[in-house]
Amino acid sequence: MTTSLKSGSRLYLARPALDDLIQTLRKQGYAVVGPRVVDGAISLQPIESAAQLPKGLSDQQDGGSYRVVEGEPELTFEYVVGPDGPKRYLFPANLRLFEFHVEAGNFVLDVGPPQVPKLAMLGVRPCELAALEVQDRVFGMDDPRMFRCESEPWYTQVRQEALLIAVNCTRPGGTCFCAAWETGPAASKGFDLALTELRDGFLVQVGSKRGAALLDELSVREPTQAELELAQIKLERARDRMGRHLDIAGLEELLDQAIEYPEWDEVANRCLSCGNCTMVCPTCFCCTVTDTTDLSATKAVARTRQWESCFTHQFTYTISGPERNTIRGRYRHWLRHKLCTWWEQFRCSGCVGCGRCITWCPVGIDLTEEVRRLRERSLAHGARGPALRKGEVDHGRASR
Amino acid sequence: MAEPAAETRPEPICGMNTWMPVPARILSVREENFNTRTYTLHFVDEQIGKMYRFSPGQFNMLYVPGVGEAAISISSDPSRTETLDHTIRLVGSVTRAVERLEPNALVGLRGPFGRGWPLDAMEGKEVVIVAGGIGLAPLRPVVYWLLQNRDHYRRVVLLYGCRTPEDRVFAGELEQWDAGGSIHVLVTVDNATVGWAGPVGVVTSLLRRIKVNAERTIVLVCGPKVLNHVAAWNFLQLHVPPDHVYVSLERNMNCGFGRCGHCQYGAKFMCKDGPVFCFSEVADIFGKEEI
Repeated sequence: MTTSLKSGSRLYLARPALDDLIQTLRKQGYAVVGPRVVDGAISLQPIESAAQLPKGLSDQQDGGSYRVVEGEPELTFEYVVGPDGPKRYLFPANLRLFEFHVEAGNFVLDVGPPQVPKLAMLGVRPCELAALEVQDRVFGMDDPRMFRCESEPWYTQVRQEALLIAVNCTRPGGTCFCAAWETGPAASKGFDLALTELRDGFLVQVGSKRGAALLDELSVREPTQAELELAQIKLERARDRMGRHLDIAGLEELLDQAIEYPEWDEVANRCLSCGNCTMVCPTCFCCTVTDTTDLSATKAVARTRQWESCFTHQFTYTISGPERNTIRGRYRHWLRHKLCTWWEQFRCSGCVGCGRCITWCPVGIDLTEEVRRLRERSLAHGARGPALRKGEVDHGRASR
Repeated sequence: MAEPAAETRPEPICGMNTWMPVPARILSVREENFNTRTYTLHFVDEQIGKMYRFSPGQFNMLYVPGVGEAAISISSDPSRTETLDHTIRLVGSVTRAVERLEPNALVGLRGPFGRGWPLDAMEGKEVVIVAGGIGLAPLRPVVYWLLQNRDHYRRVVLLYGCRTPEDRVFAGELEQWDAGGSIHVLVTVDNATVGWAGPVGVVTSLLRRIKVNAERTIVLVCGPKVLNHVAAWNFLQLHVPPDHVYVSLERNMNCGFGRCGHCQYGAKFMCKDGPVFCFSEVADIFGKEEI
């Protein structure tokens, strides 16, 4: 069947058809993941029907605090991002790359990487779509030559297979600041379909041919002018109600010059160096590959890739000791990486404004607040900050 | 000039994906000092051995099956890649496992990774090489390169420092290179022992003994962190331009190709943007702690 729908087309999908959507995807062989309450938080989990979606639930988020609460009974997507997003499926926390054994002077492959799942993700938020775009660069999908090596095969394959059904945010969370990066609350690209939730149904925007073909299987109708306007108003209202704000003007330069600011000592007194922020961040990509063996230590070896955090000591450990021995150094590295050095590495920001690092920090350290403090310090120093500008020669002053 | 050149970086040779090591065997082992040995390796697969190329200053991920990997710079002649030398200080978890291996034992290699020394920028210049301790290992391929292409360079000086005379690595070669006359080798030790008649002091104290023609000198430095910093700044004080000073740095490395994040140094991934950096590239973070 050829579709008359084009990217950008908007249609109206009645609420009961949400389950049809899920069932159609399942019939097409997709493993569907969508939002579900698990362990007291809403995260992307395998789902079989719309009945499992968190209808009538919302969340309350603030620095160091997350609660699933009752929301509007009719609404399914009133919550915002939980601790987990699509990253866990594309860049799993634990991935067994392969198993091999040593035989006759060779490494003989026993088990390859796990089968690439054909995923359909429902409920991907605009900030998470932005994070996927960032990870596309990190994992060499956009420009494999950037890394002088092949692109990360597993990520690339899962990513290319995955069908993304985004949900625009009509209610921003307490720690959200996507408006600052213009990564939300409405998705502009990177999705197959994007839903905006209205009272009795959804305004659906088509983002790809795959999305259009999917809609052909469902009963949709043209939206009314009132429905189009309502969706527009809801998203504009959401933009104005962000729980947090971040002034991104000159952020890269600010962080570049902030290396010796005393604010790092102050935040280091609060930071527990637990690494939670790196575990919930949708763009963090650090990992460690380790070998596990049977007792003979040579017969069968499994190489496993695990998430790693720059907040651990062993992250920078060499025989002369850890490179970043203090929490000050580790927090500074993390924040400068997200907001400054990421630009040089991947020509984009490492932050998309999802607010997870604020919510899931056990002591509620707030990225937006830390940036505000650094900015105040920078203004106090005037044009001549204490740190050297890029390209300026140090001649040893810094170490004295 | 013979291949390889610094700017056309050799492609890494890896297994089925970039995390899969390629089997190699230990051909011979040479004691350098009390905790350092040079392992000469060759690939089990001769075809790979024939294809393999590296630039002076690049490194391999050396793998001990079931134990793990360590980033080890290649210390042999870049024009002879049928065997590869890895000079290893046997102090870490992986390298202590290497210590237990005998000739003919099986190890794995991934590489070569990273950006090596600026062979192109060195052309027509005087070259001052500054090495401390095992820091001479990633510079040894440069020395071979310079000896083989000697007519392309002006004066070449090698300043080498180590703790005691017994700690010298490549001790025999240091004497040979100097005796050959095409490289001026100066060695200093922190602590002299019986029989040492040479200079005593840190390696930068040798700077008093040579003349540095700042404008036409390229400096290559590799040693412990403090030597890298002090040596680089000493040459800048002698008015060597910042873009003529090159330093090879060290970090924790896991992947070797800018994926795992461990080796970040400011915005640089040490494993693919380095380990050799031009001072002017990292001037704003050089010498700063915990970057």
